[in-house]
Amino acid sequence: MIPPKFDYVKARSADEALAALAEHGEDAKLLAGGHSLIPLLKLRLSSPSVLIDIGEIADLSYINDGGTHIAIGAATTHRTVAHSELLRAQVPLLAHATGQVGDPQVRNRGTIGGSIAHGDPASDQPAVLVAIDAVLVARSATGSQREIPAGEFFRSFLETALAPDEMLVEIRVPKIPGAGWSFQKFNRRAQDWAIVGVAAVLDGTSAGIGLVNMGGTPVRAKATEEALAGGASPAEAAAHAADGTDPPSDLNADPDYRCHLARVLVGRALHEARS
Amino acid sequence: MQREVTISVNGATRTDTVEPRLLLVHYLREQRRLTGTHIGCDTSNCGACTVLIDGLSAKSCTVLAVQADGHEVSTIEGLAGSDGSFHPVQEGFRQCHGLQCGYCTPGMIMASVGILADNPHPSESEIRMGLEGNICRCTGYQKIVEAVQWAAAHPQPQPAGQGG
Ligand SMILES: Cc1cc2nc3c(=O)[nH]c(=O)nc-3n(C[C@H](O)[C@H](O)[C@H](O)COP(=O)(O)OP(=O)(O)OC[C@H]3O[C@@H](n4cnc5c(N)ncnc54)[C@H](O)[C@@H]3O)c2cc1C
Ligand code: FES
Ligand code: FES
Repeated sequence: MIPPKFDYVKARSADEALAALAEHGEDAKLLAGGHSLIPLLKLRLSSPSVLIDIGEIADLSYINDGGTHIAIGAATTHRTVAHSELLRAQVPLLAHATGQVGDPQVRNRGTIGGSIAHGDPASDQPAVLVAIDAVLVARSATGSQREIPAGEFFRSFLETALAPDEMLVEIRVPKIPGAGWSFQKFNRRAQDWAIVGVAAVLDGTSAGIGLVNMGGTPVRAKATEEALAGGASPAEAAAHAADGTDPPSDLNADPDYRCHLARVLVGRALHEARS
Repeated sequence: MQREVTISVNGATRTDTVEPRLLLVHYLREQRRLTGTHIGCDTSNCGACTVLIDGLSAKSCTVLAVQADGHEVSTIEGLAGSDGSFHPVQEGFRQCHGLQCGYCTPGMIMASVGILADNPHPSESEIRMGLEGNICRCTGYQKIVEAVQWAAAHPQPQPAGQGG
C-alpha cells in the first residue's frame, strides 16, 4: 500500500514545526513516530498535503523532574518512557502501561505525544493520563501556551482539544511514588490493542480509574471511584465500573461483553493496587 | 515532490532521490536492491519487514525513507561477517531449526538482534514478549525461541550490524 502524495518538512525545533504548521494550515499534519499516521495514510484515510516531521526534535524529547510532577516532551518515544528510571520510581503506572503498548518495534518509534494527540480511546496511555489527572501543554505558532487537564483533552473519537495550529509539547504527570496502582490490559493476542483496559491508582479510599476502550474517549470509572470514597469494598465498587459508559461494538466484543470486562478488570485492578 | 536522502545501509552510505511517500522497506528492496527484508502484511502487524534503525528494531513498512535520512539502517544482509561467517542469531536459527518456509525469518532475526542488544540474557518469557510484533505461520515459535536462546548462549564479541 502506497500513501498518497505529500510534501515533507523535517522540523529541527518546536518553533520551526509550529511555523510550518501556521504556514500550511489545516492541510498539514505533524508526523511524530508515524505509527498511527502512516497506517492511516496507507489506507488513504488521511491525505494531508504536507507532513511536518517532529520525530527528531531534541527539545521535544526529554523526561525531566519538575518538582511535584514529571515533565515529558511530546516526541519522547514509548521506549524511553517505559525505560525511564525517573518514571519507574515516581509514576510507575505510566512506565508500566507504556511497556504494554504494541510491541518493541512500535515502542521504538511511537511517541507519547502522538499517542495522545491521535485521541484513540483504545490507546493505553490516554487512560493512564486521565486516571492520574495529568496536564497536557499545547503551544501555537503565536507562541501562546496553554495547559489542558487530561480530563478535558479528549473530546470524542479521534478528536481532541488541540486547535489545528497547536502542537502538544509536554505532558506533565503528577508524582505518585507511594500510591498503589495497577494496569490491566485485556486482549486476545500479544501485541494487540486492549479490548478493554484499566489504569488505576489508589491512595487509601481515593482512587483514579481510567478505562481504555469503554467509549469514544478514555473515561473515568466515576461510579466506582465514588463508591470507594463512600466506603464501599473494592468488590462492591467494581460492580459499578461500567456505569455511565458507552462502549463500542466491534469484531472483538459487543458492549455487554465490554461492560462485563470492565467490571472484572476494575475488580482485579483494585485488588492489585491494594496489595 | 522529491527529496534527497543520505542513508547508511549496513555501513554503506548512499545519497538517493526519493518521493517523501516512499516507504523505507520499498527503498531498501527497490532502490538499494536488498530484498532480504520482506513485506508480509504491509499493515505494521507481522514484523517481516523488521530492520534496525540506529540499532533499534523497527517495522520498515511503517517508516518513510525520508525519516531514515541521516540514519543507520541494518538489514539481514549486513549481519554475516565479511568472511561469510554467520551472526550468532543466524547461527542459532540454523542450529535450532528456527525456520520452515523462511518468510518471517529476516524479520525474526533482526527483532531478535534487537532483543539481545537490550538484554543479552533474556528469559524464555522475555524472548516471547520481545518477539510479540513478529508473526510466523509455520514454526509454532518454539524453535524460534530456542534459536534466540542459542544465540544468547553463544554471543559474538563485536556488536551486531557492523559486518558487510
Ligand atoms: C502494530 C501496532 C500496534 C499498536 N498497539 C498499540 C497498543 O497496544 N496500545 C496503544 O496505545 N497504541 C498502540 N499503537 C499505536 C502506537 O502507540 C502509536 O505510536 C501512537 O498511537 C501514535 O504515536 P506516533 O508517535 O506514532 O504518532 P503519529 O502516527 O506520528 O501521529 C499520530 C497523530 O497525532 C498527531 N501528532 C503527533 N504528535 C503530535 C504533537 N506533538 N502535537 C499534535 N499532534 C501530534 C499526528 O499529526 C497524527 O494525527 C500501535 C501501533 C501499531 C502500528
Ligand atoms: S510488512 Fe511490515 S509489519 Fe508486516
Ligand atoms: S518460517 Fe514460515 S512464516 Fe515463519
